[in-house]
Amino acid sequence: MADQTLPIAGTLDVTPRERSQAMLLEWLHGWVVTVDHKRLGILYVVYAIFFLLVAGAEALAIRIQLAWPGNHFLSPQVYNRLFTMHGTTMVFLVGMPILFGFANYLVPLMIGARDMAFPRLNAFSFWLTAFGGLLLYYSFIGGFGLYGMGSAPDVGWFAYAPLTAKAFSPGHATDYWALALIVSGFGTLGTAINIIATTLSMRCRGMTLLRMPLFVWLMLVVSALTLVTITPLTAAQIMLVIDRYLGGHFFDTQAGGSAMVWIHFFWIFGHPEVYVLVMPAFGIASEIIPVFSRKAIFGYPAMVAASVGIAFVSLGVWAHHMFTVGMTSVGNTFFVLSTMLVGIPTGIKLFNWLATIWGGKIRFAAPMLFSIGFLFQFLIAGLTGIMLSVAPWDWQLHNSYFVVAHFHYVLVGGIVFMIFAGIYYWYPKVTGRLLSETLGKWHFWLFLIGFHITFDTMHFVGFLGMPRSIYTYEPDRGWNHLNFVISVGGMIQGIAVLIFAGNLVDSYFRGKKAGSDPWDAWTLEWSTQSPPPSYNFAADPVVRSRRPLWDLKHPDDPDWKYEA
Amino acid sequence: MSAIPVSPVAEAWHLPSRGRVGMLSLITGETAIFTIFVVAYVFYIGKSLSGPTPQQVLDIPIFNTICLLSSSVTIWLAERQIERGKMRAFAAWWALTIALGVVFIVGTGLEWHKLIYVDGLTIRTNLFGTTFYSLVGLHATHVVVGLIGLSLILLFTLTGHVREEHAERIQVFALYWHFVDAVWVVVFTVVYIVGR
Amino acid sequence: MIREQSARAIRLVSMPLLCVASAIARQAAWADGPQSSPSIFAPASTPASSILGLSLFVLAITGGIFVTVGGLLAWAIIRYRAREDDDGSEPVQIYGSTQVELAWTVIPILIVVVLFLTTARIIFAVQDAPKPRAALDVTVVGHQYWWEFRYPKLGIVTANELHVPVSNAHDPKPTYLHLLSADVDHSFWVPQLAGKTDLIPNHPNETWIDPLHTGLYVGQCAQFCGVEHAKMLLRVYVETPEQFAVWVREQQQPGMQEASVAAGRHIFETEACTNCHRIAGTAAAGTFGPDLTHLMSRATIASGAAPNTPENLRSWIEDPDHLKPGALMPAMQLNDEQVNQLVAYLSTLH
Repeated sequence: MADQTLPIAGTLDVTPRERSQAMLLEWLHGWVVTVDHKRLGILYVVYAIFFLLVAGAEALAIRIQLAWPGNHFLSPQVYNRLFTMHGTTMVFLVGMPILFGFANYLVPLMIGARDMAFPRLNAFSFWLTAFGGLLLYYSFIGGFGLYGMGSAPDVGWFAYAPLTAKAFSPGHATDYWALALIVSGFGTLGTAINIIATTLSMRCRGMTLLRMPLFVWLMLVVSALTLVTITPLTAAQIMLVIDRYLGGHFFDTQAGGSAMVWIHFFWIFGHPEVYVLVMPAFGIASEIIPVFSRKAIFGYPAMVAASVGIAFVSLGVWAHHMFTVGMTSVGNTFFVLSTMLVGIPTGIKLFNWLATIWGGKIRFAAPMLFSIGFLFQFLIAGLTGIMLSVAPWDWQLHNSYFVVAHFHYVLVGGIVFMIFAGIYYWYPKVTGRLLSETLGKWHFWLFLIGFHITFDTMHFVGFLGMPRSIYTYEPDRGWNHLNFVISVGGMIQGIAVLIFAGNLVDSYFRGKKAGSDPWDAWTLEWSTQSPPPSYNFAADPVVRSRRPLWDLKHPDDPDWKYEA
Repeated sequence: MSAIPVSPVAEAWHLPSRGRVGMLSLITGETAIFTIFVVAYVFYIGKSLSGPTPQQVLDIPIFNTICLLSSSVTIWLAERQIERGKMRAFAAWWALTIALGVVFIVGTGLEWHKLIYVDGLTIRTNLFGTTFYSLVGLHATHVVVGLIGLSLILLFTLTGHVREEHAERIQVFALYWHFVDAVWVVVFTVVYIVGR
Repeated sequence: MIREQSARAIRLVSMPLLCVASAIARQAAWADGPQSSPSIFAPASTPASSILGLSLFVLAITGGIFVTVGGLLAWAIIRYRAREDDDGSEPVQIYGSTQVELAWTVIPILIVVVLFLTTARIIFAVQDAPKPRAALDVTVVGHQYWWEFRYPKLGIVTANELHVPVSNAHDPKPTYLHLLSADVDHSFWVPQLAGKTDLIPNHPNETWIDPLHTGLYVGQCAQFCGVEHAKMLLRVYVETPEQFAVWVREQQQPGMQEASVAAGRHIFETEACTNCHRIAGTAAAGTFGPDLTHLMSRATIASGAAPNTPENLRSWIEDPDHLKPGALMPAMQLNDEQVNQLVAYLSTLH
């Protein structure tokens, strides 16, 4: 009954026609031309999950190749393409789309708005990103094309110059990398602009900035950070294309150009980018952990300040990826300090989550299981990050499997875990049905075990001197057994993800009906139907605190009595 | 329960205009792109291994600069006119803005023609060529995009579709044009003063 | 001295971790033999040891943080779980506490100060260490996918296997490596001897090793440099002064000119090998590929991709892609007899 539109005479076409074909075309058309933030959010998430499976398969191929030394499962050429595409896909076609997809769906609902500030820009941005991804993957077939050798890019996701110069990367592989990301980068920029405008200009009455849900705050901060993060990469990639096609010399070391310039520009993008990826996960955690601990988030103003602080400081740490390129001791020391400093607001957030749980009544449903995994794993990831910030130690650990372990701990153990948590949490709102809790627990435990088997072990093979980006390794260096173990863990994670995908599909048709507020939560999205009608709210909400639904459910003890 | 929260709220509720926020966000992102190109330009000053140097071939484009910066004044005047509903005056100042912008682009084109065919400086000649054409070209591209937008708005004004109530949208677009002019101040300083 | 006191303090704190570390090191321990695990916990040179000391200290602090915070987390999820007989009431809502926020801001800042100062000390100690007069100078040029080693003061040019004299604490004789690249970015990493330093074209770098024990130490390129990055391996032979002197003398000789293999040498000089390779004392003076003057003094070929045996030499010359697919040496399209003669000639180049 919730989703019926008002019949308006004269606008409904009631001509009888072949029902199923017409319905299918209409259904597809609706999705292609939509400007509804909810549909675009779903498109982003589905797109990202598709590429998660693709990039996951690439990872499994990599792990099969590395399971024992001297393996011939993949040639070095194919291996180098796979690890390049795995990294590029996971960052740009999975991480960014899924997190901006969450934002697209949730931000208007959480602030009581009807849609995003610029719905058509929203649609345009999605299709730009989607096209960029397809262009990148077209490289697998198109690269061999008319002009000679090439295929998918094989220069690493970081694409260091001068390896990417035409001289060292003939053919089109590198061009696919640069152009696809330039295009999808514009899409990301559009969405960031949209989120900022929505958050600042479309909040419902009473929702001051300091009453916004923390997820919205984090997306505002992330979007602002994105404006100055993606753009340096776009600039550097334009320079690369100028070098490769117009004979430019930006990174041409034989003409006086500098390989260092690429490295600086790439990491000026690359470091804040990882905060762009992780902070939405922080936002999701700040929504789920309070609800499943039955307590308000501890230290809301501190959480806001810490997020803004992280965004600012993250702009000044990039050269900790460059401790080995030959900066001066003073330069190295500066970046050690700035990197260690960014750990402080990050730690503050962790402590605030801990304090939220403390004294609560924890319910261990799937969203909370993944959130607890996130807390432990993010703690470890942060600590290995501190280890890497110690420049002399980084002179050993840089470009080794220790770094691969560290960033997968953040990306998978942190961000992917929170993405799973968020999907279990909001799937009922999006579809009207709950995901299976049983399958959820299987997914969680299998993924947790597989994750730790792989990525805990990976730290040690890094300690033993194994560098990254290698398609095989010497059998006499003590890395054999550890690599096999790492690969086994990967397979277990793959199975867990398949269970998850099955859960998503099966629950859509057979899941328990959720109602508008299955978790007894407190933010505005839970006050409307599941799924929400196209207009979101029948009447514009008016709020007086950070937890408007808590106020409604506890009229004798509302939040606005206690908030500053 | 799905009751929408409606609490009594006394205070007035004012939020910034989404157009302005959006345009300022776009400008922030574009500033970052330009910053990277400027940094590359400055870093590579004096590092070319061969070929013409800025001192040898660059003439300071005073006339062009005056035209472009004046266009910021004319567009500002146009904004004031539409706020008051004076559509004909608005169209006149708006057209003048376009004319000044076109002069700038033509001037840039003439400058490039001389550099390429007389001085032999292309984007592939040396580091100076690469960074010069990239930075100035990036700016020129933004000017062209601005001119296209300005022209469309002029067209809609002449056909009567732009009215007084669109003043705010005009101001938002003008922000972009002011940004383009501000970038030119930086590019001009870096390329024609510092870099020479 | 304050420095010694703090050094002692660091060692005291890191004592328990040394047990763990040495367990790993022992598992990875190398003996005086060629095969060893290049573990960062088994340093054999001053810079690597300095790094290890610092890293154990950092490990101790981060370990302490992990135990504390992780412990609190584990405690919280056990102690505050909802019980089955819960009455459904909401727990006391606590919105924050300025004192607590201050406490867990200030304590991490103090930890950062300590970590930063100890780190800065080691950065300056290693990077800005004064260069002793007796230091040996080696120029390392990174190529896709092999290492060129030049000893400018000794007139030696060789490839892939670095020989250096052992040093000692009383009379240090470190080796200073001047790092250049002929093409793309590379990185010189032999974990037991030092942290890695990159080789970047048009951006010379310097690093130094101060090996305190003789033996063979392995490493490899640590910056992705193209198709065969994985097989750009490093072997560093740390030798006694006498052994090193013998090696130097041998390397300074021009290439052997045995009459019995003249046919092979003729093939080498006429079949385009000279385009890339140099053999001192012959017409071959190519610089694109490794110097082959003393090829037989090396244990491996193709930068460690295969042991230096006649069979592998033959395979390499016939089709390098067989041993190292993507290597920049083309298959030379020689017939069997030519290959045999070539291998016979190369096998005399001691």
